[in-house]
Amino acid sequence: MRELALHILDIAENSISAGANKIKITVNENCANDLLSIIIEDNGKGMDEATAARISDPFLTSRTTRKVGLGIPFFKAAAEACDGDFNIESKLGVGTTVQADFKHSHIDRMPLGDISSTLQTLLLGTPDVNWVFEYQVDSDSFVFDDKPIKETLDGVPLTEPAVIRYIREMIDQGIQDVHKKASIQIEPRL
Amino acid sequence: MPTVKSLDDLKRIREEALKKQQLKETSGKTEVIVGMGTVGIAAGARETLKAVLDLIENENLSDIIVRQTGNIGLDSFEPIVQVAVPGEEKVTYGRVNPEMVRRIVKEHVIDGKIVSEYQIKG
Repeated sequence: MRELALHILDIAENSISAGANKIKITVNENCANDLLSIIIEDNGKGMDEATAARISDPFLTSRTTRKVGLGIPFFKAAAEACDGDFNIESKLGVGTTVQADFKHSHIDRMPLGDISSTLQTLLLGTPDVNWVFEYQVDSDSFVFDDKPIKETLDGVPLTEPAVIRYIREMIDQGIQDVHKKASIQIEPRL
Repeated sequence: MPTVKSLDDLKRIREEALKKQQLKETSGKTEVIVGMGTVGIAAGARETLKAVLDLIENENLSDIIVRQTGNIGLDSFEPIVQVAVPGEEKVTYGRVNPEMVRRIVKEHVIDGKIVSEYQIKG
């Protein structure tokens, strides 16, 4: 994977597979602490302790089409290569939270990448899930919750052309505003 | 944070969409499904799905449902796109890049002709 945003997409797919109907993605760029954190929280079926402990093992997967699961090991390796940290908390029947921390300035830290495309893919491609996205850069933040949008649409599909445009512009604008306000220099968006 | 987009804007969009829908016959909607497993994502599935969304937005194509799904099980053919026209068998396309999306949407989704050269035949 070339972008953190692609890892986020991949990990969120696990949440969907776990039957979650609410998934929250948080990206926090904290320059004072030289930290970039990514948190993906779901209310899916969760895992027992033994499974959670082994989750970084590439040979553990719930998939039946292939025997190796590389999503989480890749993400973990990416964090650890940047003086970071990786943690999974899961409770059976409650949900799972995945957190990856990266040293923001680390030379090997891959760019956040096209987070807007990742969100649009998740949001429009999995309309049954309530998606919440929070993007923080130091003290500024953008919070996006698709619930009021879906309530307002009341049955009109998200993939109506004008709705796609509405959501895309809303997310792009929100991310841009946070970047503009942030006093620090952030990598250019792809 | 000022929100440029208000829910009132969205309400207007909804009403216009409903008006359009009433004009159309109630035949089912064609589904475009993109495989979004780890391998698919690494092979560019997000860009493939985004190309579908961009095409719908830019060409103002109504009545297409876009979905993503987990691993489809054909790793070497990722990114995989499936087109499900109501009442017809689902067609699976392999190694679909954004350029190919244009043809698949225009020829298959809109005109109903399968793009057989991109098809994975099992």
